[in-house]
Amino acid sequence: MIVATYVKHVPDVEARLAVDGARIDLDAAAFALDGMDEYGVEAAVRLKEAGIATEVVAFALGPARSEAALRTALALGADRAVLLETDDELDALAQALPLAEAVRACGATLLFVGGKQADWDSAALGPAAAEALGWPLCDWATEASLVDGELVAIHDVDDGSEAWRAPLPVVVTTQQGLNEPRYPTLPNIMKAKRKPLDRQPLVGAAPRTVTLAAALPSRARRGVRLEGDAATVAAELVRRLRDEAKVL
Amino acid sequence: MILIAIDHAGGVPRRAALELVSAARALAADGEELAAVVLGAADAAPVGEAIAAFVPRVVRVEDAALERPSHERRTTALAAVARELAADVVLLGAGRAGQAVAPRLAQRLGGALLEDAAALRREDGGVVAERLAYLSRAVLTVRAQASPVVASVKPGAYPVATPADAPGLVTTVPAATDAGDGVARPGDRRPAERGRVALEEADVVVCGGRGLGDAEAFERLVVGLAEDLGAGVAATRAVVDAGWRPYGEQVGQTGKSVAPKLYLGLAVSGAVQHLSGMNRSGTVVAVNKDGDAPIFRVADYGVVGDVHEIVPALRAALAGLV
Repeated sequence: MIVATYVKHVPDVEARLAVDGARIDLDAAAFALDGMDEYGVEAAVRLKEAGIATEVVAFALGPARSEAALRTALALGADRAVLLETDDELDALAQALPLAEAVRACGATLLFVGGKQADWDSAALGPAAAEALGWPLCDWATEASLVDGELVAIHDVDDGSEAWRAPLPVVVTTQQGLNEPRYPTLPNIMKAKRKPLDRQPLVGAAPRTVTLAAALPSRARRGVRLEGDAATVAAELVRRLRDEAKVL
Repeated sequence: MILIAIDHAGGVPRRAALELVSAARALAADGEELAAVVLGAADAAPVGEAIAAFVPRVVRVEDAALERPSHERRTTALAAVARELAADVVLLGAGRAGQAVAPRLAQRLGGALLEDAAALRREDGGVVAERLAYLSRAVLTVRAQASPVVASVKPGAYPVATPADAPGLVTTVPAATDAGDGVARPGDRRPAERGRVALEEADVVVCGGRGLGDAEAFERLVVGLAEDLGAGVAATRAVVDAGWRPYGEQVGQTGKSVAPKLYLGLAVSGAVQHLSGMNRSGTVVAVNKDGDAPIFRVADYGVVGDVHEIVPALRAALAGLV
């Protein structure tokens, strides 16, 4: 079976943000493969190592710099990569259609997508891609395995966890805990440079939302420091929570 | 027509569902109709009655397979009702299930998705949402450019609604034709060791960090204080990675997002990823030995000190309050 895994090139979590008109200016930021997507790459590569997957194909959708995220995925063990290249800002629904088409074209029967994107804080691409493909979705997987040709995944719910089974083909969105992603080794980084990476221009995708404005709000906090011995501090904190903040 | 999808548990609507009613009322244009849809088995009948106190029209889709519906079945059932009622806007709560179903539903209806909206309004005839991005550090104003608009609404973004003047009408319909073969099926459930306050609905959240030292100290100090306050228990990623607490309690980028009236962080340092899951909280209290910990920059009340001394003193002071 062929396993597909989606990766996104996102700004470093510590990157300083600035607003430029209606967009967040990321020109000065360092970018890397989204940590949430590493779980999917790792899961796909492990399926290949276990002799279950025959090929692991990594997909990215975005500007030319996204190639770096794909090279990381290749260094982690993906066999080849496809970049659907566009500078347009496309929402998850608009991205899902060409991604689904490309995934279907490669013959994959399993697609991993990170549970939540570190740049847009969005959890929509996996479900939207599942819908575009007409495949079931197992979301927020903390465990995933193939049993009798079906995918069995476990995710957390408010009061514990629950298992879901789905026939292939299926989309799985990943969550921390699914596995412990490996680090790329230097020899594998060198090898990744020679692995095939297919750049396809993405044209004609129609966005269904438009961003009108961006802002960097900061919530005013009281910033009160309480000092003294434990009993004094505790009494003062309780008094302020009751009388000042009125939350007790 | 604005259609709201009602999450429920134990025969009653969840708090997020009553928040959606407020969101829908605020968004509704003059004279625009509101309706609610309840998916469930026969035992969801009380949910339909309960929500009818808030909206004029309730459609209850009854099917045994909707007791624990997959995202696919939920999408199919909601799409059928949305089409039947010609809904212009469909609102879902942005809990885990809502965040998975809303994109599928928007895609199926050929509409637009406004995800995890912290605010919704109409502007020049279109629907506009404010949503957080970049680990909750930025606010983006996003406008839908296709119809219908499917929006998932952030828990806590709107107040719980008050009942309407007159009760609404409930109709019960069977589920639409089967969602097909490609459907996920529910398997075993593993309940948590004991029932706790649902984290995303809690008015007070007590969160513990790695600085507590070990799982025993977490249980004694964090869970102990949370029980005193009737609060939800939360943990940082480092605590979950260390195996002290389950993933379901993790707050932050890869965990839950909470916005309680009061958040108490005990030995929490305040990494960017954690702050993204709690920085909408009302009042923030931080207790940490390290006075330079980033959590103090978002705290209303900061105590530089040892949680092992401060928390017992705090519990004693709280006991004196009641």
